[in-house]
Amino acid sequence: MRHEIRFSGFGGQGIILAAVILGRAAVMYDNKYAVQTQVYGPEARGGASMSAVIIDDEPILYPKVVTPDIYVIMSQEGFEKYGIAAAGEAQMLVDSTLVHSRPSCRYIEIPATREARESLGRDIVANIIMLGALVASTGIVSRTAIEKAILDSVPKGTESLNVKAMTRGFELAEEAMSR
Amino acid sequence: MQGNTACAEGALAAGCRFFGGYPITPSTEVAEHMALRLPKMGGVFIQMEDEIASIAAVIGASWTGAKAMTATSGPGFSLMMENIGYAVMTETPCVIVNVQRGGPSTGQPTLSAQGDMLQCRFGSHGDYSVIALSPASVQEMFDLTVEAFNLAERFRIPVFLMADEIIGHMRERLIIPDHVPTNQRKPYEPGSLPFRAGEDLVPGFPAFGKGYGVHVTGLTHDERGYPCATSPKLHEDLVKRLVGKVEGARGSITSCDILNPDAEMVFVSYGAPSRTVQQVLHDHPDENIGHLRLKMVWPFAEMFLSRFTNAEAFIVPEQNLGQISREIERHTDKDVVTVPKLGGDLHSPGELYAVVEDLK
Repeated sequence: MRHEIRFSGFGGQGIILAAVILGRAAVMYDNKYAVQTQVYGPEARGGASMSAVIIDDEPILYPKVVTPDIYVIMSQEGFEKYGIAAAGEAQMLVDSTLVHSRPSCRYIEIPATREARESLGRDIVANIIMLGALVASTGIVSRTAIEKAILDSVPKGTESLNVKAMTRGFELAEEAMSR
Repeated sequence: MQGNTACAEGALAAGCRFFGGYPITPSTEVAEHMALRLPKMGGVFIQMEDEIASIAAVIGASWTGAKAMTATSGPGFSLMMENIGYAVMTETPCVIVNVQRGGPSTGQPTLSAQGDMLQCRFGSHGDYSVIALSPASVQEMFDLTVEAFNLAERFRIPVFLMADEIIGHMRERLIIPDHVPTNQRKPYEPGSLPFRAGEDLVPGFPAFGKGYGVHVTGLTHDERGYPCATSPKLHEDLVKRLVGKVEGARGSITSCDILNPDAEMVFVSYGAPSRTVQQVLHDHPDENIGHLRLKMVWPFAEMFLSRFTNAEAFIVPEQNLGQISREIERHTDKDVVTVPKLGGDLHSPGELYAVVEDLK
């Protein structure tokens, strides 16, 4: 089953890294196929940044995202540029600290940037909170896989901070879904 | 792993120990990764002042016996053209990676294109023949880079890896084999002449520093390597040998995938658009659509066209206004339908399937 996941936010939030980690989790630890792409341009430095991952049990032929079924949106501009047209059957995770609009599809609110800042002391791990929440709410990859892929990808010395962020993401998603 | 990184890893696995280049989007990650990895492996990475100097450094490094490469994109590729001819004339093995972006000129630095496919074949002056490979996956960025080095060593020519931004920048699964088959240029045999070739038309290579005095020149030269630019016969024999060593081996080196050879509608593709064609075949398994995917674009493998015995039309999606489609037209009396695409987007499966529908 082909899943298309689109991430959007602003340059510097780790939008591309989040997609790379998700793809890595799928390929290296869940033995699936994945293709990761991104909008590669000057707008990635500050403006709306977008990256995407396709995950499938079979080899992926056409490598571009056509109709995302899962969105992870981390800025208002990112929502307006890359999230607003989400199909009705899609699901979206929004960073409710930074995204004011809400889509017409199913969505859950994750206050990732606020949590990163207030509970973990570092805005920069908001993307990892969103990744945790994504995996908790969709099961797109296993928890073990995403944790291993996060540990592969983050700088030395930040491992426990990032695992905490991921765990917090799981908790926030579970809270949001039980509401 | 990213396509460009896989290319760099393929080069290292093939034995490349010299990179001379000037960073340019969308090829920069190749240089970046080589800068990181080469020094640790006893190799040399040099960032040159421009692409003219880069290819010159690569040619010089190759003459010391090292496997050498550079990576660039359109504008840098144009600057390299004169010295690419020099590499051909001096029979210098080297690998030139072009991660293509939109042109002409600086064009679209961050977006994909395949606009340099004729330039890599004909861009330098004079008659010559080269090899160009075109990867359609991250795995092939690795595999075909290895292949490029092996062919460059075997034929003592520049070999091109003609990638595109889409394949260069996407990430997907890469499996690095435990054993990567590599070869070395045939060594010079003392007593022979440095540019005297045997049956395979490729002379043994007298690397600098091995004790031989060799004259290397871009002028028409005799088998000793000395200039002799006024003899019509010497020039004709030399150029025909340089072309012949590649063209004569076409049967044994050309590489492609053939699917549904009994089909009436046949896609011919290379690079990123191949992925769309594969999707179209996958989505329409009952339609019997054929596919010829060229992994080696030059020399052109016209013999594979005739494998499609029932073909009524060859459909050629390219990220240009129709470059390889011209070559196909030259070799077939069937209809050739070009599906050009400019601007950086990849053809969508629906777009290509619509072409098949229209032709029915």
